[in-house]
Amino acid sequence: MHPAYSVIVFTTASGAGLGLMVWLSLGALFGLVPTGRWLGLAGFALAFALLGGGLLASTAHLGRPERAWRAFSQWRTSWLSREGVLAVATCVPAGILAAGWVFLQAAAGLFAATALLTALSALATLYSTGMIYASLPTIRQWHQPLTAPVYVVLGLASGAVVANLLLALLGEPRRGAAWLAIALIALSALLKWLYWLRIDGEAREHTIEAATGLGRLGRVRPLEPPHTQPNFVMREMGYRVARRHARRLRRLALVLAFAVPAAATLLSLAPGVGAAGALAALVSMALGLLVERWLFFAEAEHVAMLYYGAEAA
Amino acid sequence: MTALPAATAKKLGLVIDLDTCVGCQACATSCKEWNAQGYSGPLADVDPYGADPHGPWLNRVHSYDVGEGPASRTVHFPRSCLHCEEPACVTVCPTGASYKRAEDGIVLVDPDTCIGCKLCSWACPYGAREYDYVEGVMRKCTLCVDRIYNRHLPEEDRIPACVRACPTGARHFGDLGDPSSPVSQLVAERGGFDLLPEFGYRPVNKYLPPRPRRDALAAGTEDAPREAVPRGGDAGGAAERLFAWIDRVLAGNPSPAADAGKAPGA
Repeated sequence: MHPAYSVIVFTTASGAGLGLMVWLSLGALFGLVPTGRWLGLAGFALAFALLGGGLLASTAHLGRPERAWRAFSQWRTSWLSREGVLAVATCVPAGILAAGWVFLQAAAGLFAATALLTALSALATLYSTGMIYASLPTIRQWHQPLTAPVYVVLGLASGAVVANLLLALLGEPRRGAAWLAIALIALSALLKWLYWLRIDGEAREHTIEAATGLGRLGRVRPLEPPHTQPNFVMREMGYRVARRHARRLRRLALVLAFAVPAAATLLSLAPGVGAAGALAALVSMALGLLVERWLFFAEAEHVAMLYYGAEAA
Repeated sequence: MTALPAATAKKLGLVIDLDTCVGCQACATSCKEWNAQGYSGPLADVDPYGADPHGPWLNRVHSYDVGEGPASRTVHFPRSCLHCEEPACVTVCPTGASYKRAEDGIVLVDPDTCIGCKLCSWACPYGAREYDYVEGVMRKCTLCVDRIYNRHLPEEDRIPACVRACPTGARHFGDLGDPSSPVSQLVAERGGFDLLPEFGYRPVNKYLPPRPRRDALAAGTEDAPREAVPRGGDAGGAAERLFAWIDRVLAGNPSPAADAGKAPGA
């Protein structure tokens, strides 16, 4: 599958933004973080920037970005529409919570309710992003029970890494945040590893014989293509750049998205390292997630490519 | 609305005969010509006269080599939207631009509301939807919705352009929801099948399988390889035989028997 660059940026950025919103909200709800003005301001400004920037970036892959507002209409059936609706809906309780936090330094009563709503809505948004991919039976590597959980946990992990950096910059106590980030990084690494094991171990069910219905006559081989140059289907579904380097890129993703961020987050607790360690964790994780997302597309095989000679999918 | 109609009054679709299709591409070119105007128009190509020409076609004809050895055969395979009864391309659409018509079951994209997110093309296992890089919207077979109900056309032209163009009668158009319709009877008689039924999208379009071979090979009375093709040089008039003899003498091989059995060009 062809990775739309804007979609990779979008899912990475908005994933971190939504994850940060979840942790800010839960932190406020349970009184685990200081409801000081600066953490609220910096935290929500960054979360909104990541989410909004991601959403804006996502319109760049549309053929008609000026019509993007129409995507809010079909939430009854479409996960893509649900994602859009939920992403915008999350901003309502998040905005109220942010206002209460920044102007009143309050996280109780009404604000506690909005904090709970923000966390739930942000989680639901992350889940629907994962379901856009997981709900497509045409792409075996995406149609997996772990696809959506990996998206959610990676969003929460990157959000926790951002939260750790914010707390470090503001000089707030953050032992809990750092360990939360490390635990989530470990969990997401485990889930991603299981996901890779699963897509590698699974049999390819669909063949060119089944796709053409000609298996009753014997083996089917492409003789003449319908066109001389690759068409949209081949350019979009047949894209495979990086697939041959999948093993190496998986190792790179494991190092950049999981090993380095976990180590740097741990180091950030050491005296004198602080924000530098937390920043290194975030930069490395962002790069690692970009590799992971690229690979998520490059390793995906679409059933329609059977008509163009793919042996199985 | 991307919610599907509970039932459609008709199930208009195509029946494609893989036995008689000769792969002439007339259906594909005729489709492109008709649909470059009207409902789906324009179907603009990128780099049309350059090194990498490509653009949306709503119908593509593949050719496959099927079977093994002398029993193998060429099967031409036209591929377009199957107007599924439960099209995932419609339900994934975030804008409602993709929809299935309740009156006749045709699956359409409204080019005025499509945002070009391409998710529908990801959802389709048949590769039937193609993105228009110039207009930024998704294109697909409309079953020539702007022909089949068009009262400005003579009655015999009120069928999809591909069906009208097919010189071998390999394409049939009709209501597959009506068991007594000619297309439904054709499907029943010839054992028409669905493509990738395991996805559960219930395609309306059906494919008719190639008929079994009726020659000596199929009857088992002949084994491969078949007899070498006669050279033909010793047939014909005196002049032909003379030239054939000179040909053999110059090759140092004057007996016609020595030539027999050699494959042409050997």
